[in-house]
Formats: sequence, C-alpha cells, structure tokens
Amino acid sequence: MGGRHFPWFPVLLAVCLAAALLFLTLPIVAIFVDRSPAELIDSLGEPGALDALWLSLRTTAVAIAIILVVGTPAAYLLATRSFRGRALLVTLIELPLVLPPAVAGIALLAAVGPAGILGGTIEALGIELSLTTAGVVVALTFVASPFYLRQAVAAFATVDPRLLDASRTLGASEARGFMRVMIPSALPGLAAGTALALGRALGEFGATLMFAGSFQGITQTVPLAIYDRFSTEFESALALSAVLVAVSGALLLSVKLVAGGDALGGWDAAGSRAAR
Amino acid sequence: MRRVLALALALAALLAVGCGDDDDGGGSGGSGQGGQQQRLIVSAAASMTEALEACAPGFGEAEDTEVRLSFAGSDELAAQIRQGVKPDVFAAANTRLPDELYDEDLVEQPVEFATNEFVLAVPADSDITSVADLTEPGIKIAIGSESVPIGSYTREALAKLPPAQEKAILDNVRSNEPDVKGIVGKVSQGAADAGFVYVTDVNATDGALTALELPAAVEPEVTYAASVVKGAKNPQDAQAFVDGLTSGPCGQALDDAGFGSVQQ
Repeated sequence: MGGRHFPWFPVLLAVCLAAALLFLTLPIVAIFVDRSPAELIDSLGEPGALDALWLSLRTTAVAIAIILVVGTPAAYLLATRSFRGRALLVTLIELPLVLPPAVAGIALLAAVGPAGILGGTIEALGIELSLTTAGVVVALTFVASPFYLRQAVAAFATVDPRLLDASRTLGASEARGFMRVMIPSALPGLAAGTALALGRALGEFGATLMFAGSFQGITQTVPLAIYDRFSTEFESALALSAVLVAVSGALLLSVKLVAGGDALGGWDAAGSRAAR
Repeated sequence: MRRVLALALALAALLAVGCGDDDDGGGSGGSGQGGQQQRLIVSAAASMTEALEACAPGFGEAEDTEVRLSFAGSDELAAQIRQGVKPDVFAAANTRLPDELYDEDLVEQPVEFATNEFVLAVPADSDITSVADLTEPGIKIAIGSESVPIGSYTREALAKLPPAQEKAILDNVRSNEPDVKGIVGKVSQGAADAGFVYVTDVNATDGALTALELPAAVEPEVTYAASVVKGAKNPQDAQAFVDGLTSGPCGQALDDAGFGSVQQ
C-alpha cells in the first residue's frame, strides 16, 4: 500500500465488486422500498396470499424431505465407489441443473403427464399428478434435487476415507459409519446443498405452471401467485415478493445455523471443500 | 483487503444514488438511436400468436422495419405498459384494457380490429359434447385466470348459466392459467379434459382439439382492440401496423386464422 504507482488492480477489483453488489442488491432493495412491515402483513390478509405461502412451504418441505432421504445415500454411493460410467451418471443427475424451467415442465408432461410415456402406468396406479398438489411436489423435486445431489457428492468425496476405515476397524458396519461418521463430517456441504435446493424449490415457477397448473390452495405456489397478481395488483405482487424473499432468506440462514458454526462460515467451508 | 472492500461499498452506494437521478435522464438518451433500420415492437394477446407471426415479416419488409412481437396475456402486457414499458403497439383480446390505458393517457385512441368466437375446447376424441357435460364430477377444466380477457369472458359466460350449473362447472376448474396458450396446452396434453378458449386457438391445433359452440344466449361478444402506445419510438410504423390489422397481410392472416371482422 502507498506505493508510487496508482493501485489500479485493487481499484479494478473494488469497482467490479461494487458493480456486482449494486446489480444484485438493487432489485431486492426495490421490493422493500416504500413498504412498511405493516403493509406487508396487511397484504398477507388478502385472500389467496396466505394459501399460496402455506402451499409453498408444504410442497417445498415435502420435496426437500424426499431429496434428503433419497439423495443422501445416492450421493454417498456416487462419492465413495468408483465404477465404470460413474462420470456419466453424475452428469445425468446434474443435467436438470441447466434445464430451463419451461423445458422441465414440458419434460415432466412428456414423462409423467396424462399423455406422457409413464402416464398410463401412473393412472393405472390411481395416482394423479398433473394439476394436483402432488404434481407441484414432483416439479419441485425434479428441479431442486440436482442442487443438493451435486453438493452432497462433493461433500462426501472430500471426507477422509480413513475416517470410515477407522470406524470399520472398530467394528462398525458401513451403515453405522455412514450415519455416525460420514454424515457429520460432510454436514456443512450437505447443508449448503440443502439451502440451494430449498431456494430453488421455493422459487420454482415455470415447471410448476406447465405441469401442475395454477389453482389457489392446490397448485398456486407463491411465485405463481405473484405472477397472477402482477397484472392487476402490482402492489400486492410486490408485497408477496417481499415475503418470499424474507422467508427464503430466513430458511437459508437457519439451514446454515443448523449446520453448525457461524452462518457465513457454513458457506465458506462448503465452498472450499467442493473446490478441493 | 479491508480498504478494497470499503472502496467497493462506497462506490456501490454512490452508484445507487446516481441511479436514482438517472431515471429521468435515461429516456432522452434512448431516443437518440435513429440512424439504422427502424424497429417496431408489438405487444399482442397470446391468442394472436400464429396469425401475427405469419404476417409480421411481410409487414416489416414492406415498411422497412424490424417487427418484434411479444405475446402474453393482454392483462400482463397492459401491466407492463403501466410500469413504464413502451412497446409501439398494444393489441389486446378485449376492448376494456386498451380503453383503460387510453383513459390513463398511456395509449392513443384504441381501434377495434377483429372479433373472435368464445368456445369450449376438448380433445378430438372426447366424450364431452356440450357445456352441460362439464358439470359431471371428476371432469377437469382449465380456464383463464380472472385478470386475463379469456378468464373474464369465461366468468361472464358461466354467470349466464343456471346458478347450479355455473357452480358445478366452477367446482371442476382445476387450473387458472395466465394466458390462453396455457389452457390449450393443458387440454392438448390431457392434463385437463376441457377448457374455454377462442375458436382461433382450436384452429391452430390442426385438429388435435375440437371446438364446441356455446348456446348463443351465453356466448360473450369477443372484440379485439389495438392502440399505438404513447411515447412510442416508432409511431409512424405503429400507426401503419394498427391500420394494417383490418386490411393488408395482417388483416388477411387474422382472417385466415378464423378471426372475424368488426361490424361497423
């Protein structure tokens, strides 16, 4: 610092960070500007807003539960075994990550919609997915799970295998080692993946609209309710957006806190682990 | 490191304040780009997608302008205009929205340019043969949400049915779609058994869907209206486009798609 030359590089870094900060925070700030918390709470009293919020929380919770229960062992398998075609499998699992939501919606209709390739089978089982709450859960699970799986595979892969070996040497079964050693060791990465999946599920729009439709209390999640209000009740749409931002933010934060350590540290640990 | 961060934060704050002032100045900067080929931005109701896509290139060539079409529910397009988005032309699936925007001084005097027929769309192999069949429990219906024209036409039509029938039909509604394409999609994918749309939407499915006519007593009158948007960057071509909706290639394309002409 304080050299003879103009410190252009640090200044360039600062300018870029400033641009990024501004671009990313301004739209979010704009949602909250001019609206008092009382107004936000008022807007929730409006019919449909609470329904949408409740539906979003329920469907996201179920989707995340499915993702965690099925995804964690699957990610563990992918991270700890090497076999032919493993890289291909990982890529396939990650593919929905880069699918545009509209493509996800079309793909779900083509696969499990009434006219889809599995449509007849599903109907024969007496299950109805399109235009139902279950359909919303399917859409959320489809778009959100890659976010968790990806992080979880990376998190398990960086746990020192000697830890598991040690627990085996001490007579623990692999299942016990998985529960008692691997999951606690990978927890920051798993939590980061959960947070990403949560955010993606709460914000899901396109696939839900195309596959599950939009009906108050049944399939109209918060993003769909915002879109529905955008044309006629812009203020109410903004208020609902503010609530969604607040809820997503709170969920993200609590997941990080649950992961242990300080909230910001959770990210750092996960990030550097994944990068290793 | 700390200094870099502080500098970044200070810069961001400065820029944020600057942006606030920029709002008013931004408009004058935008209108300066005149030299190249003109551009015409048309915001049109989703139900005109096929017809306008067919005629827009021809119109663009004749007027030496690049036509950009933006389709969505008329209500969404109107909301965008209210939020300060400025297309050159607004073409809606009703007369109410252009009239409202005209009253708010956002668009020029609207022109009625076409009519459409409000119908019940069902898959070609459906057992549903009339509106009365929609009251059966278990039938799944997709309609437009209340704010989009097709949704308000639907509610208007259903309100003219006997109350018990209206209620039974509304009870079978499973999705309130943001635009007419969403309804057509749900019915053609089998997610819904029937949906209320315009006859032109059914025509555009090439036989996948069948249009069932409604009793004349309940059928709402569907009239489309268009306006040049106030403050349009290309008002001349915009006026030509609006005029051309009743004659010329776009008038013909609407005619071919099954739209009716306005009785003067």
